[in-house]
Amino acid sequence: MLYNQPNPLEVRVLTRRFGLPNSHSIETYLASDGYKAFEKALGMTQEQIIDEVKASGLRGRGGAGFPTGMKWGFVPRQSPKPKYIVVNADESEPGTCKDRLLIEYDPHQLIEGVLIAGLAVGAQQGYVYIRGEYRYLIEVMDRAIDEAYAKGMLGDNILGRGVKFHLATHSGAGAYECGEESALLESFEGKRGNPRIRPPFPAVAGAYQCPTVLNNVETYCAVPSIILNGGAYFAGLGTPKNGGTRLFCLSGHINKPGVYELPMGFNLMRMINEVGGGMRGGKKLKAVIPGGSSCPVLKADECDVAMDFDSVAAAKSMLGSGGVVVMDEDTCMVNAALRIMRFYAHESCGWCIPCREGTTWLRKLLTRFHEGMGTRSDIILIGDLSKNMLGRTFCPLGDAAAMPTIAFVEKFRDEFEAHLDGKPCPYEKKLVAA
Amino acid sequence: MTFSPETEARFAKFLAKYPADRKRSAVIPMLIYGQDELGAVTDELINEIAKRVGVTPLQVTEVVGFYSMLHRKPQGKYHVQVCTNISCLLVGGAELWEQACHKLGIGHKQVTADGRISLEEVECMGACSWAPAIQVNYDFYHDVTPAQLDKLIDGLAAGKKPEEIAEVPKVNP
Repeated sequence: MLYNQPNPLEVRVLTRRFGLPNSHSIETYLASDGYKAFEKALGMTQEQIIDEVKASGLRGRGGAGFPTGMKWGFVPRQSPKPKYIVVNADESEPGTCKDRLLIEYDPHQLIEGVLIAGLAVGAQQGYVYIRGEYRYLIEVMDRAIDEAYAKGMLGDNILGRGVKFHLATHSGAGAYECGEESALLESFEGKRGNPRIRPPFPAVAGAYQCPTVLNNVETYCAVPSIILNGGAYFAGLGTPKNGGTRLFCLSGHINKPGVYELPMGFNLMRMINEVGGGMRGGKKLKAVIPGGSSCPVLKADECDVAMDFDSVAAAKSMLGSGGVVVMDEDTCMVNAALRIMRFYAHESCGWCIPCREGTTWLRKLLTRFHEGMGTRSDIILIGDLSKNMLGRTFCPLGDAAAMPTIAFVEKFRDEFEAHLDGKPCPYEKKLVAA
Repeated sequence: MTFSPETEARFAKFLAKYPADRKRSAVIPMLIYGQDELGAVTDELINEIAKRVGVTPLQVTEVVGFYSMLHRKPQGKYHVQVCTNISCLLVGGAELWEQACHKLGIGHKQVTADGRISLEEVECMGACSWAPAIQVNYDFYHDVTPAQLDKLIDGLAAGKKPEEIAEVPKVNP
């Protein structure tokens, strides 16, 4: 069962098997080009595979948008240590719900992407780190892995070609921080999910301090199409330096929320109106968070933007993880900022003081503000505190909390001022669309 | 300490997944599946996991406090988790949360007197496009209406299992 209907404007590459009967089974996968990219990759050199991924313009779908081929190229060719492929399926950025579907409907596409990554860097072992809340997906993935072993697509001698690769799932237990690559690796090793100082990066010292490729689910899922159809094909789907399609998760005050696969560079206003079915109840658009809660909010008049990494960066926000959160005219931006800060204060791991103290202090300030007990100087304090968190932490969680807060205050200062002097929230009880 | 045959088999599989000198990796998976069987992370479970993976009980204990899904006290038989993060907030998640608290007379991380239901206001669970969403134990419920939440809580309180409450079907396989 699909959770939302597809849209005709979609370009379905990673999601093309969604909706097929038993799309999660290896039979369906094999009947629709499944594992053909891996077979093709068996005839390529490591450099050829990495060059193809570089040519595709694929950039990390977890949020940072780092070029995937380049990341794979950082793994040392010669290493006395074993190498690992780790899949980040700890999807927990508010607004993001795409990796869930990629695993639920097409787990073999992920396995094939991991196998190709293994060939590219010479790794023989992979792990899929899945957030604990996605228990049913751990079961889906385990069954798919069992199927792959049974068909000889995983094991000591894959397809009789002398290639060895083993894959297993690994359950998280509830921690946003573990979606950050170095914290994920600590957690994977059985410890608290605190981030590591970098460098060294995981490509050199990742899982068990061994060379490791660590990418988001969607990133690996793009790889079979790239190898099978060529990097140029994938690059051509998107915009320069932003290859391919991406799964956008539309949520909030729109008529047709859902996960849609659209070309990189798809215009945000078209996404809201033509894919998302427009605003609910005919309300006016107020703001959009373009890529998950860590990304600075865009005002309605800033939303005529191409949704690729570089264009959204030029609009002073981030494409992030593809979580597009749409807010209408009745949304209280102080409340939105507060809810997001409650999240970061809860999820800060406490390792770095600017983040631990900053998020907690901001949560208290924003709570006070929303309750009508803020002062004019608090508005300045919120901005100052946020700016003092930027760049002062091991991992980007501190930045992820500070950046959207700065944007909320700068872009919607009038709403903050409307909460001053003990006035009740002007939007209270109007939040839910009629 | 021994577990059910299913859990023992699962633990054996976990311990075989990781390199022989890296069994500590199994700590978190063992904690969460062990908790599922016992209802909480008990001292006994901590000691047993420490013994099996070859670390100190303290090295297991320090992990427990970090992860929001691990808990030292038992939850209700049905743990109702309501997301109020941004995407759910915009379409009624906070109202669902208030409704659940009001209806059951309990709050965040509290359990009803009969031990059947516990409540938790949770962070994003990855159902943003089908918000507002809740989870009961490990099952997802999308696009939840106030009427559905009423039916679900009434049913659970009356002794039904979630799958017996036809008006509120889980969405995951």
